[in-house]
Amino acid sequence: MKKKMVHIPMPWRYVINAAAIAVIFLIFMVLSSAGVITNYYSKILMLIGINMILAVSLNLATGYLGQLPLGHAGFMAVGAYASGIFMRTASGLPTGLAVLLSIIIAAVVAGIFGFLIGIPALRLKGDYLAIITLGFGEIIRVVLLNIDSVLGFNFTYGAASLKNIPKTTTFTVTFLCVVVVCFFIHTMMKSRQGRAILSIRENEIAAESCGIKTTYYKTMAFVASAAFAGVAGSLYAGYLGILNPANFGFMKSIEILVMVVLGGMGSMIGSLLSATVLSALPEMLRAFSDYRMVAYSLLLILVMIFKPSGLMGTYDFSFTRLFGGLLGKKTGDSTVGKESGE
Amino acid sequence: MSVLSTVVSQFINGLQSGSVYALIALGYSMVYGIIMLLNFAHGDIIMVGAYLVWITMSILGLPPAVGIIAAIVGCALLGVFIEKIAYTPLRKSPRLSLLITAIGVSFFLQNVAQLIMGAGSKTMPTIVSGPNVRLGSVNLSFVAIVTIVVALVSMAVLTILVQKTKMGKAMRAVSEDMGAAQLMGISVNKTISFTFAIGSALAGIGAVLYSCAYPQASPTMGGMLGLKAFVAAVLGGIGSIPGAMIGGFAIGVLEAFVSAVGLSVWKEGVVFAILILVLLIKPTGIMGREIKEKV
Amino acid sequence: MKRIIALVLVLVLTLAVVGCGGKDKDSSIKVGLLGCITGDYAQYGVAVFNGAKLYINKVNAEGGINGKKIELIEYDDKGDSTEAVNAFTRMVDNDGITALIGSVLSGASIAVVGEAYPIGMPVISASATAAAFTYNEETDTVYSNAFRVCFIDPFQGEKMAQFAAEKLDAKTAAVIYETGNDYAVGLKDAFVKECAEQGITVVADEGYSKGDKDFRSQLTNIAAKEPDVVFSPNYYEDDGMIVTQARQVGVTATFLGGDGWARVTEYASAADLEGSYYCSSYAASSTDAIKEFEAEYAEAYNGEAPSMFAALGYDAAVVLVDALKAAEAKKLKAGTDDYKAAVIDAMKNTSSVGVTSKYSFDEFNNPIKDAVIIKVENGNEVFAQMF
Repeated sequence: MKKKMVHIPMPWRYVINAAAIAVIFLIFMVLSSAGVITNYYSKILMLIGINMILAVSLNLATGYLGQLPLGHAGFMAVGAYASGIFMRTASGLPTGLAVLLSIIIAAVVAGIFGFLIGIPALRLKGDYLAIITLGFGEIIRVVLLNIDSVLGFNFTYGAASLKNIPKTTTFTVTFLCVVVVCFFIHTMMKSRQGRAILSIRENEIAAESCGIKTTYYKTMAFVASAAFAGVAGSLYAGYLGILNPANFGFMKSIEILVMVVLGGMGSMIGSLLSATVLSALPEMLRAFSDYRMVAYSLLLILVMIFKPSGLMGTYDFSFTRLFGGLLGKKTGDSTVGKESGE
Repeated sequence: MSVLSTVVSQFINGLQSGSVYALIALGYSMVYGIIMLLNFAHGDIIMVGAYLVWITMSILGLPPAVGIIAAIVGCALLGVFIEKIAYTPLRKSPRLSLLITAIGVSFFLQNVAQLIMGAGSKTMPTIVSGPNVRLGSVNLSFVAIVTIVVALVSMAVLTILVQKTKMGKAMRAVSEDMGAAQLMGISVNKTISFTFAIGSALAGIGAVLYSCAYPQASPTMGGMLGLKAFVAAVLGGIGSIPGAMIGGFAIGVLEAFVSAVGLSVWKEGVVFAILILVLLIKPTGIMGREIKEKV
Repeated sequence: MKRIIALVLVLVLTLAVVGCGGKDKDSSIKVGLLGCITGDYAQYGVAVFNGAKLYINKVNAEGGINGKKIELIEYDDKGDSTEAVNAFTRMVDNDGITALIGSVLSGASIAVVGEAYPIGMPVISASATAAAFTYNEETDTVYSNAFRVCFIDPFQGEKMAQFAAEKLDAKTAAVIYETGNDYAVGLKDAFVKECAEQGITVVADEGYSKGDKDFRSQLTNIAAKEPDVVFSPNYYEDDGMIVTQARQVGVTATFLGGDGWARVTEYASAADLEGSYYCSSYAASSTDAIKEFEAEYAEAYNGEAPSMFAALGYDAAVVLVDALKAAEAKKLKAGTDDYKAAVIDAMKNTSSVGVTSKYSFDEFNNPIKDAVIIKVENGNEVFAQMF
């Protein structure tokens, strides 16, 4: 049985989504000006936003493309350092412009690294791709740590940390970035390119024999994934104001992977939700911190054994569908709605 | 010390760490050969082995022989247990799921060890000791000699096991074609468990040798060690016993010389760069066979 | 539909839990205590916490300051900068602290100072040894609100180079250090610089990465150069391993280290370590004040012997409490900006007497005090001399 829905024409879908996002934003703004969201909570919200971007960007490579890169933190690091180094020198520019530029620079630099790493790495499959990206991630960290001693001047400041980065990341900037990144990935996946990417996940050989340029689309998805990780890195640099290569180790990559796997590989709403829960949880349950990593690793194993598709599967939430569903009910159709589990 | 004797010393340093890599690489290689799984948790089995040695010797005060047996038997059992609990239910699942599970197991072992044993490292008791040997101006430590000899003997035994025994034949058959092997009456489950047991027992020996050379056990010690051993396995050609040996020694010696010329901080970078080069130029490694993709 | 309801529920719950705020109490002075009490460096954090709590409890038991009890707000940052900043913001926003003791590790402490300096929050750390904790070199700003009771990294390196030249008559030296570690690099740089002043030739400069267990290659190089002393300014686990392996590859030189060497005797054999020196802020049972402190500490924590970090945690609390007393004497209201400024002012001109030393601060808010040289003899870390 199919749920009856009122079909909403295309331009209206955008309007509904835009309105819904604006309402959410306004709610946060009102809460924040009313003093309900204090400095501390807005910091947590920013962290959630950054993790959301990381999760959806990795989801692009893991969930949609079906590859398992284990060096996502490396791209985040590249973006963070690119943005941090830029912001330290861009004190002359107006803040808004500097922030915008720093995010773009971070995305571009991380994207370039994604391209350089993706070209050789994507020739390999499965386990080899995982291990080679892990290797690249580690190399990025080692280079950030030691490049200064080779260059002979201070560039990343290595272990001493890149300090004095202006703290420009605000809730508004983070919110906008999350919206833009999600919008971009969403439209990309609904397009011809997106379908090509999904077909590679389902069966690469079949896709190739259908004339899909697999290398091209794999590289494209991989580069986009890296670039968005760079955006998250840029926000992180402006959030903390101090960068140390140790923050971008293998552990960080795994943390992002847990978010994606738990939420459901191939589900954007799943990634967003699990990023929220997994970022907020340790703050709420500080006493739980000893057991956090044990719980994460158990979750990974249990989810894989009992529900390999993750908590949300490949289900994607859509305002328009919700809206359409509600309208459908109002017009008096008594069809019992089946769970929209596509 | 002359330059030559320094070079020889460094070479021996490399062989010593290479022996440990080789033993661990064998475990990776065998498991990968049979179920196509990069067993991320393999490195952490070594960590458990090291703690087993520590518990039997430092806490229970038992002699080294008991510690060694505890590590080998304990690791073998743990390997089979992990295979039964975490990997068997997923044998039909996509490779991605299996790999993520392996990562999960690895992190689980590390974090449980951290909870139980604490984050700091434990000092290992002396397992073997003997006088340093001097060959001319070259200083040969007793531990280094023991490590290299034990590794070579273990590999010889393993080669005989795989080539000459019935179980070895079954292992080779299952890794060649699981379905066909089953049709020939080979118990696939038993064979896979046996492979895990042997691979993990080798990790147990590796743990003992590692503890002799670097007498500290910490929850995260298996991580990088396991990865380097995996690189060794890939370099040598995954699925090949002599390949794992050659790969292990090559990585060990390479690391020693990279450190010796003052580039120690780039050591890991060089190891991974080797991996990348091997995968791009000759993905089957030095001794590996070509595997055709089945459609 | 079930999923959407579940979704909404999760969001509501998240907001509800996040939305619980803190309450106000006027009869107490709220002081934050921040550090890594879990994670890789937990033992440092736990010791600092124990030391600080020992003194604060003592003050409270004696009636507090001006009749007000000191309320400690404790948070764990796991040694992570992000967590440290979050926890600090939470202390300020939700708990309304008036001063902070922390953090424990240099990296986390520097991140916290970045937040604390603009709002004029008094901060005193027991163990943040990086120079950047109180002084921003790039902008040439002294963080006037931040103080520490431990030595800074360069100081220890200089001291050990002087010690090698004056007391050990060293002519050649080698260094081996963790390149990715701020502390190790800071000590090593200062050591190498001071060696040049003292006429010691540094014949080998070897680095390694975090997590390395194999130092034979570097040590074989050092052995080939036959230096008089080897400076190993790392944390004790690595130092123990380095000394053990050094003896195996034939290094016979005297080993020198920084305060990270404390407890090194648990990580290498007595024979290998014999005759090594390191500098510290603290030598067990060396003075009457320390003996008294050890007795109190043992009583409070099941007979445990305090480490240097516990003693410094205690001293940080002493300096801060004296400053709080000064602010209370001015009849200011705890938590106000004037109060915080008064606390900072009082710390700047402190003359507090802690367990390890009497304190005063230089222009960079670093303590002025002598180093203790510890020698390893028969597997014991014993007090050698003040230097």
